[in-house]
Amino acid sequence: MAMTDPRPESLLPLQPAVFHILMAVADEDRHGYAIIQEVLSRTSGEVRLSPGTLYRSIQRMLDDDLIVEVHERPAPELDDERRRYYRITRFGKAVAREEANRLSELVRLARASGFVIKKA
Amino acid sequence: MGFYRALLHLFPRSFRAEYGGEMEAVFARDWKAAHGVAIAALVAATIVDVVSNAVQVHLDILIQDVNYAARSLRRTPGFTVTAILVSALGIGATTATFSIADHVMLRPLPFPEPDRLVKLWEDHSSRGYPRMEPAPPQFLDWKRMATVFELLETYTGGSASLVGSGEPEQINGAAVSGGVFRMLGRPAALGRVLAESDEKAADGERPIVISDRLWRTRFAASPEVLGQTISLDDRAYVIVGVMPADFYFPSRNRDFWRLLRFSAPGSDTDRGNQMLDVLGRLKPGVSIEDARAEMNVIGAQLSRAYPKELEGKGVTLAPWREQVTGQPRLLLLGLVGASICVLLIACTNLANLLMSRALARRPEFAIRAAVGASVDRLVRQMLTDSFLLAACGGILGVVMAMVAAPVLVRLVPTSLPIAEVPAVDLRMLAGTLALTIATGMAFGLLPALRVCRKADGSALKDGARGGINRGTERLRSGLVVAEIVAAVVLIVTVGLLTQALLRVQGVSPGFQSSNVLTMRSTLPRPKYQKAVTREQFYRRVLEEVKALPGIDSAAYISFLPMVFRGGVWPVLTTVPDPASPQRFAPPDLKNERRASLRYVTPDFFRTIGTPMLRGRDVSAADRSNSTPVAVVSDSFARQYFPDRDPIGQQFAFAFKVRTIVGVVGDIRVRGLERDNSEPQVYLSADQFTDGEPLFYAPQDLAMRTSVPAESLIPAVRAIIRAADPQLPITNIRTLDAIVSAETEPRSIQLRVLGAFAIAAVLLAAIGIHGLLAFSVTARSREIGVRIALGARARDIMWMVIGRSTLLAMIGVSLGAGLAYAAGRSMQALLFGVDPGDMRVFSAAVILSLVMALGGSLLPAWRAIKVDPITATRAD
Repeated sequence: MAMTDPRPESLLPLQPAVFHILMAVADEDRHGYAIIQEVLSRTSGEVRLSPGTLYRSIQRMLDDDLIVEVHERPAPELDDERRRYYRITRFGKAVAREEANRLSELVRLARASGFVIKKA
Repeated sequence: MGFYRALLHLFPRSFRAEYGGEMEAVFARDWKAAHGVAIAALVAATIVDVVSNAVQVHLDILIQDVNYAARSLRRTPGFTVTAILVSALGIGATTATFSIADHVMLRPLPFPEPDRLVKLWEDHSSRGYPRMEPAPPQFLDWKRMATVFELLETYTGGSASLVGSGEPEQINGAAVSGGVFRMLGRPAALGRVLAESDEKAADGERPIVISDRLWRTRFAASPEVLGQTISLDDRAYVIVGVMPADFYFPSRNRDFWRLLRFSAPGSDTDRGNQMLDVLGRLKPGVSIEDARAEMNVIGAQLSRAYPKELEGKGVTLAPWREQVTGQPRLLLLGLVGASICVLLIACTNLANLLMSRALARRPEFAIRAAVGASVDRLVRQMLTDSFLLAACGGILGVVMAMVAAPVLVRLVPTSLPIAEVPAVDLRMLAGTLALTIATGMAFGLLPALRVCRKADGSALKDGARGGINRGTERLRSGLVVAEIVAAVVLIVTVGLLTQALLRVQGVSPGFQSSNVLTMRSTLPRPKYQKAVTREQFYRRVLEEVKALPGIDSAAYISFLPMVFRGGVWPVLTTVPDPASPQRFAPPDLKNERRASLRYVTPDFFRTIGTPMLRGRDVSAADRSNSTPVAVVSDSFARQYFPDRDPIGQQFAFAFKVRTIVGVVGDIRVRGLERDNSEPQVYLSADQFTDGEPLFYAPQDLAMRTSVPAESLIPAVRAIIRAADPQLPITNIRTLDAIVSAETEPRSIQLRVLGAFAIAAVLLAAIGIHGLLAFSVTARSREIGVRIALGARARDIMWMVIGRSTLLAMIGVSLGAGLAYAAGRSMQALLFGVDPGDMRVFSAAVILSLVMALGGSLLPAWRAIKVDPITATRAD
């Protein structure tokens, strides 16, 4: 279902799971399990999306037009018919950028307040 | 994997269908990778993951459905407003009336183990009085002889003048025996309650317990109130306790409780002084039947011991809760019945509305199914629609119940020790809300399931072709007939009660109530113990009041008619009998005659407009040292002196032989609806000598005015103030208001029932309209064909109106039978109106036909406007 309100700010703040999923599909289409692995890898094992959280978030993100399901399949020998692949939309990218800006601003404010931030 | 597949059932079916496969695949990988302790951790984490996310998904869908339902309902404002109002009416009316009825009739009294509290009376059924208050010697004998009661105590209501710390005020209270508070089991909020030990205290010590209201208004809720002295009727009482705000005994509006003191045992032998209320607490394990059996034996023993006073009289008892009998109970039960009718009509109307809507949305659902919506998703959507409507109706219904409660509250009798305003009963609210939601779900769900299962495009074709499912039509028609039946019952009930009210209002009270102002100033003792002080007061006040411009006449009486219905004394022969407490011999033990006793100043009958039929009024010449005189009512004269002129005849009454000097018209002392008012005897206030019961000293002032009565109130108050600044002035009202108060419960019930009946008629008309409107839409093709083949407008109209008339006639026939049965069941309320009154039933039939016609006009108009070309266009 397409968002009736196209403004990216209207979806902020994003839930952490949603942001992680957007980042995971930012550079390539992925299926559910691959998203879980990608997030695990990016966060050095800190964040593991459970299946329930993942697919609930995917359903919401599809409704909010942040991602779409793609129907182009990889080569049959690499494919599993149960897998569904997801791609970030332009709107999804805009929302992700806004969220990143918001988080950056928070970090800047934290630094200005004297809180020491660990380097990632 | 079976375990995970089972867990996935917590998600909605549509979600499972969409993502279940992938989720299983992900879980399968994790399961394969886990070993040893990690398996337990994986299971635990999976359960938490599925449960928490399933709840979230359900919530997401619910929010989506609610938003969709809200948008959909906003697009059909007529349907939405109608459905919400219909639900609200049913829920609100039923909740309000059930709350009142429960508060008055069902809820336990606010005392520990209230089922063991019983009230006792003397049973004078042979004389037409099944419940009479006993005299003190009778109560003392009961207490001595009975073994079934843990406690047997007594009390008597009364009022007193409170002076000091503010305006003089007449307040209501009770004199209670020492064990009453222990029996009631409610402690004081401050200080202590009265106890049996207080009965043994010296007469000079007068402990008193006051109400929370009095404590707050006269003593500023000061904790220092204990030990303070207050003056009631010029007697000093020491405050020993303050009761909680929710304590009412023996009824509402009681502000003080003082000790009831008896004479020394054996010194009071007057068993005719019927003045006490008696309350008992049954011993544990003793049933009320056991108590009745024992008290019957005791009653018989006392009857044999005192044949002159007690022959033919027994003892009766009943649970204290069941004091509410007769008319007040019937009034409330009538309201409960009416509200059930409205609830049923509301539910049937809601059902019809939802069924129409579901059928009208068939094409919409067919399209949604065709583009991928699952059946369970569509059904869920419909259920959310219905739930939202019922919930909105429920909220509005609660508001309506709260608004209605203060109106209905005036039907709560004052004679019960309960608060005036019951809270909206949550159980009732939950029950009616549940019923409405259940109706909404059932009648929203069933057609939804049928529609959604046909999600193969055939529903679209159905919509284009038109046509009605016969079974659904019959069900809907049946529902409409049920609405008409309920409406007819309500219309007839209102009609009968209206007739009854008009009859009661047409009863002459025996006086002319218009333009008469009244007020009360109770003369307290000991200040007014002496007759001469009272006479001086009356003389001064009456002289000055009569001199006021706008006052035609004025007089005092012990109690105005219909304000106090007791004060009944035996009428005796003039043969002295020293052994009798009344000092004179009764005419006939088996046929005791009684009359109401009132003392009046001259001019009372002229003031209230009661005709003097023979002889004269009491006059200034009737002094304490002249022959005691009496003015009697016409019924008294006919009863005791049927064959002779009563003027000059004598009888013994209230300790003296009285000579009749006048006969006046009868007054309905016991009220407009009771035709068993005793004959009346009026004695001269100037012949009220010292030693006679001060209770009967005139206190009610009546003034006939030639100007608006309210304009004279300040001047009259000033006169009474000047005569005695410490005398409270209360009950300022017109005689018209007193008479109107007689019919107030009926008027209120009629207004409420009238509102219910109007609502029922409107709802039934809406129901008819909805049924026919849908029918016309569904049959528009058929109608178009008929018109094309030459049918005239009146044929088409008759097709529609004829159907509604048929439904109305079926409903009226069934409803008339039920209405007659309802009328018979409340015959006690009808004041002689025939439950089968033809005028009322005829009016109900006509109104029902008008209702049916009203509901069918618009659909009939639309039917004749059908364009045959458009209607018969190919699919």
